[in-house]
Amino acid sequence: MILIYTIVILMGGGLLAFLLGQWNKSLPRWIALCTVSVGFVVLVSFWIERYRAVNIHLSNTWMIDYRHDWIPSFGISFHLAIDGLSLLLLVLTFFLGILAVLCSWNEVKERAGFYHFNLLWILAGISGVFMAMDLFLFYFFWEIMLIPMYFLIGIWGSENRVYAACKFFIFTQASGLLMLLAIIGLYFIHGRNTGIYTFNYFELLGTAISPNVAFWLMMGFMIAFVVKLPIVPFHTWLPDAHSEAPTAGSLILAGLLLKTGAYGILRFVLPLFPEASRVFAPWAMLFGVIGIIYGAILAYSQTDLKRLVAYTSVSHMGFVILGIFAFNELALQGVVMQLVTHAISTGALFIMAGMLKERLHTRDINQMGGLWAQMPQMGAIAMLLAMASLGLPGLGNFIAEFLILLGTFKANVLLTVIAAIGLVFSAIYSLRIVQKVFLGPSERSYQVRDFSFREIVIMAALTLSIVWLGLYPQPVINTAKPMIMKLEHIFSAENKNMEKENPSVTPLNMHKYLVNNKE
Amino acid sequence: MKSSISIEMVMLLAGLLFVLGIAGVIIRKNIIFMLLSVEVMLNASGLAFVAAGSRWAQPDGQVMFIFILAMAAAEVSIGLALILQIYHQHKSLDIDKLKEMKG
Amino acid sequence: MNNLLWLVPALPFAGFLILALAGKQLSRVWVAMIGAGSVSLSAIVVLIIGISFLSQPPANGNYSQTLWTWMQVAGFNPKITLFLDALSLVFVFVITFIGALIHIYSVAFMADDKDYSRFFACMNLFVFSMLLLVLADNLLLLYLGWEGVGLCSYLLIGFWYENPANGYAARKAFIITRVGDTAMAIGLFVIFYQFGTLAIPDVLAKAPVLWHQGAQMATITALLLLAGGVGKSAQLPLQTWLPDAMAGPSPVSALIHAATMVTAGVYLIARMHIIFQLSPIAQMIVAVIGAATLFIAGFSALTQYDIKRVLAYSTISQIGYMFLALGVGAWTAAIFHFMIHAFFKALLFLAAGAVIETLHHEHNMFKMGGLKNKLPVIFWTFLIGSASLAALPLISAGFYSKDQILWYAWASESGNPLLWFIALLGAFITAAYTARMMILVFWGEAKTEIGHHPGKLMTVPLIILAFFSLFAGFIELPHNFGHLTLFSNLLHQVLPEAVLKAGMNTELQFQILAFLSTFGGIYLAYIFYYKQPQRIEKLKQSGFVMNLYLFWFSGWGFDKLYNVLIVNPVVFIANINKSDVVDKLYQGITFVTIRLYRFLSFTQSGSLRWYIMGLVIGAIIILSIQIML
Repeated sequence: MILIYTIVILMGGGLLAFLLGQWNKSLPRWIALCTVSVGFVVLVSFWIERYRAVNIHLSNTWMIDYRHDWIPSFGISFHLAIDGLSLLLLVLTFFLGILAVLCSWNEVKERAGFYHFNLLWILAGISGVFMAMDLFLFYFFWEIMLIPMYFLIGIWGSENRVYAACKFFIFTQASGLLMLLAIIGLYFIHGRNTGIYTFNYFELLGTAISPNVAFWLMMGFMIAFVVKLPIVPFHTWLPDAHSEAPTAGSLILAGLLLKTGAYGILRFVLPLFPEASRVFAPWAMLFGVIGIIYGAILAYSQTDLKRLVAYTSVSHMGFVILGIFAFNELALQGVVMQLVTHAISTGALFIMAGMLKERLHTRDINQMGGLWAQMPQMGAIAMLLAMASLGLPGLGNFIAEFLILLGTFKANVLLTVIAAIGLVFSAIYSLRIVQKVFLGPSERSYQVRDFSFREIVIMAALTLSIVWLGLYPQPVINTAKPMIMKLEHIFSAENKNMEKENPSVTPLNMHKYLVNNKE
Repeated sequence: MKSSISIEMVMLLAGLLFVLGIAGVIIRKNIIFMLLSVEVMLNASGLAFVAAGSRWAQPDGQVMFIFILAMAAAEVSIGLALILQIYHQHKSLDIDKLKEMKG
Repeated sequence: MNNLLWLVPALPFAGFLILALAGKQLSRVWVAMIGAGSVSLSAIVVLIIGISFLSQPPANGNYSQTLWTWMQVAGFNPKITLFLDALSLVFVFVITFIGALIHIYSVAFMADDKDYSRFFACMNLFVFSMLLLVLADNLLLLYLGWEGVGLCSYLLIGFWYENPANGYAARKAFIITRVGDTAMAIGLFVIFYQFGTLAIPDVLAKAPVLWHQGAQMATITALLLLAGGVGKSAQLPLQTWLPDAMAGPSPVSALIHAATMVTAGVYLIARMHIIFQLSPIAQMIVAVIGAATLFIAGFSALTQYDIKRVLAYSTISQIGYMFLALGVGAWTAAIFHFMIHAFFKALLFLAAGAVIETLHHEHNMFKMGGLKNKLPVIFWTFLIGSASLAALPLISAGFYSKDQILWYAWASESGNPLLWFIALLGAFITAAYTARMMILVFWGEAKTEIGHHPGKLMTVPLIILAFFSLFAGFIELPHNFGHLTLFSNLLHQVLPEAVLKAGMNTELQFQILAFLSTFGGIYLAYIFYYKQPQRIEKLKQSGFVMNLYLFWFSGWGFDKLYNVLIVNPVVFIANINKSDVVDKLYQGITFVTIRLYRFLSFTQSGSLRWYIMGLVIGAIIILSIQIML
């Protein structure tokens, strides 16, 4: 029931904020803060409570499984379940949710009720995506997180907001429809094979599909997720959306929305289409590496601070796709770490960009410079974040990138070496941010104030967690472990099959041969 | 009474009337005349219905004609009302001058 | 003593935390107390540990203390473990003691700086990272320290951030070393997949079992690690960052860019010596890189006019000697030279800093001069440091350490006469530029008025360092006289002895040649810069000499080469693609769509009669199709 509560609490809080926002301007943000905090506390206490259990029962992946019929005639059920990966991402969602509310505390003055309604409904959609175990429900939540985001960018964004909002919407919607097609295709194939028409993830897991069809179905899912992630060449919505969105919007986009793509690949693409993924893996890894380098080079040339950070996201997400398709535990753990740490470090950079814009009324880094003298605290934090972004050991991102590269090294040496060059580029663009914004001479005549108390709280929370993840990442690793072991198990079994020239038929893989022969 | 006029002739007349109506709608610039031409087209189809009804000795043809009559009456009243409004607003009944709704 | 180990890095780290979080609120006295005090306390702890280590050597030759498990993933479980053996002990000793002295010096040197607490915070963080680097039990923790010192180096080179040139130098240092670091990270991957662990003792134990002598994997691994070392230690071809790094305050140059951080590469190779021993090719490359670097950097040092840049090139050159020693298998000689070099080079930088500050931030040696009598303490300490750098025979510590390297460059099994000759030539150049620097700064007539004299806090560390620069050499005397091997005895617990060629002549001949080259160099400088300065002017008339001079002055054109080959193309591509060429594709799609709908909307004329016409034509077409079919 805790799963339903988390969604209901967000949706209800959103509605309440919307209604009460009509007659009081500051009420919505308090409501939003309360709802998200309650959710956060509930989830964290659940995590701590289960943490020991996770360590003990490696075989038991699923922590909670809730199922209720929704539209039984089509085999659609309201099916929520979480494992370690979902739990981590949910905690992250609520953590960043709190910060999103806090960082827009004074930023939003118009239609505060509707703003917080949208904010909370995005979070509800994202939580739903991380929990849904029914493909139809998953698609439903996928759309729920999209529409409020569209409003958030389109109404509260900066100058070019409508263009950015439309671009964001069209990219994600078009790719989402491909996923819907693939879901329906899978639904019918499974129904025809077994006579049971269902959208249930667990039922669909073992579906036998001919390789060709599987490849196209996988591509349907893949494109939806890859656009969200995003991977070059589907990344161009991201800089626009990130740079035009309000601070909280950028935070949620970078911190959470991108993660839904990676989550989708881990949860759906790999388990549903293991063989097709294996065929596609070299290409996916190649695209990941291209993304790493291309994003980094683009990031270097940007002058708009938020755009710059957005392109660094493209670069960092390249590591994610690279790691996922390496199919081994090291890389996959690295991917999970990357999801969490990138959310924190890049989210923090976006928040900082928002703070700078609030003070200087510009995002152009050529008009900044020398801010350290006036804002040493922010400068120090920015330095730390830049270091996180370039993967300095001791900070969370290093663990993530190191594990990913270590894992992919086993899968593909050449691509790993090229990806490692991305580390050099990340140093170049990260240091450029610090240099352009905080160092150098200052030509400002007016005083710029350093952090306020609220901002210190936000930044302290983010930096402490990034340091914690860098020095003791074990809780995250352990929590994600059962799920990752399972994934790796799928692919190590595949491995053995692939290695043999003419594999014998065993009860484990019998269905494949039966199906393949039939067609 | 045995009809001496063959169905083909009636149909031909109906077709002729219909074409005349279309030609009127296309050629005329004045909206009122276009409305009149539309009426001609309606009546042409009505004639065809009635003729067909009598040919196969079915009542449906006449039923349809009554529908058409009712519809034509409604159409004329709404059409005239619209024309009045158009004239009020634009001081003209020339269809070629009323091209506000273009893409 | 085991349990005290964590205190060594923890003390500077605590200092860093306090200064970083509350530095603004603390008074200057407190900042100085915490900043210098934490490192000094750490040095005292090292002393205690060191005494116990030497008096009661641990059974397995090391102390180790596990703090916690960093992570555990799929058989990859690096621990946060501190590990102290004889090799680390030498490094830890140098880092904390010289670190403490430099911190004390900085208390006075930085006294007027507005970012006092930031300076000490960064310095403390540096000492922490460096200690972690040398105390790390596994390569990942070493990598943490490795990158940590890189960060501190970046922060401190760019310490005076108002000047964009300093920021540029800082970024250059970070990025160039990062290139090496990335190669090293790949080396760690290889090691992990070969041995299934990154713990240094395990790797070293397994390497000879897994790899035979000259194995290809050993060469690859060694070269990747070497790339890391080359970046950090400013060796060819990644040496270009170090001269620019002199933009930082002088104590920073002394601590980071002379005594400790830049020798991290030496530490890494010495630490992983078993892997290098397994690969004669890699060993040879190390030696060749060292020799080439010491040669190239020596000539560059000869042409600089900025006193700190002279010292920077000299540092590159001296580390070249250490690499040469490592390459020919004279492990202890390299470490010995590291220690002596740390003393005298820190001394030289600190003294140079004092000179620069006294002369109102004048870096140009040609505008100095005549300081011999005005700043006697600085003069004498600088002289001692210079003597050690030039390896003045018998009385300076530098002689004993460099002499060993020269000897092994030929006499060791993998040494050869060419390496020896380059090293000897290097010694000659070293003596020449050192003497040139001394003469220009301290002799001749005064060209700049001196400001206030350096205080006690600055001179006392100089005197202590000068003491060590003179006498530290006596713990390791050559075979032919004294034959004292206190230092190498200690290190032979960890590092193997150099294997000598059979049938070598006695060391004496080599010592005489080294002796001659040193005095030759000094004499050369004496002639050109003191006795007959007009000769320089005459030389400058010649176009060839001038070009050569400019070539050497620019560090053999490496900066230009890299700019043309790498930096400019990348920047060009980045700038040309600022608006993202991929986005053009999508913009093209929207463009086509807009055109298409414009075209279609053209048919929506608003003329009712057109529409009806269309309707009729359509009906006619459909009907005729119907009839025809």
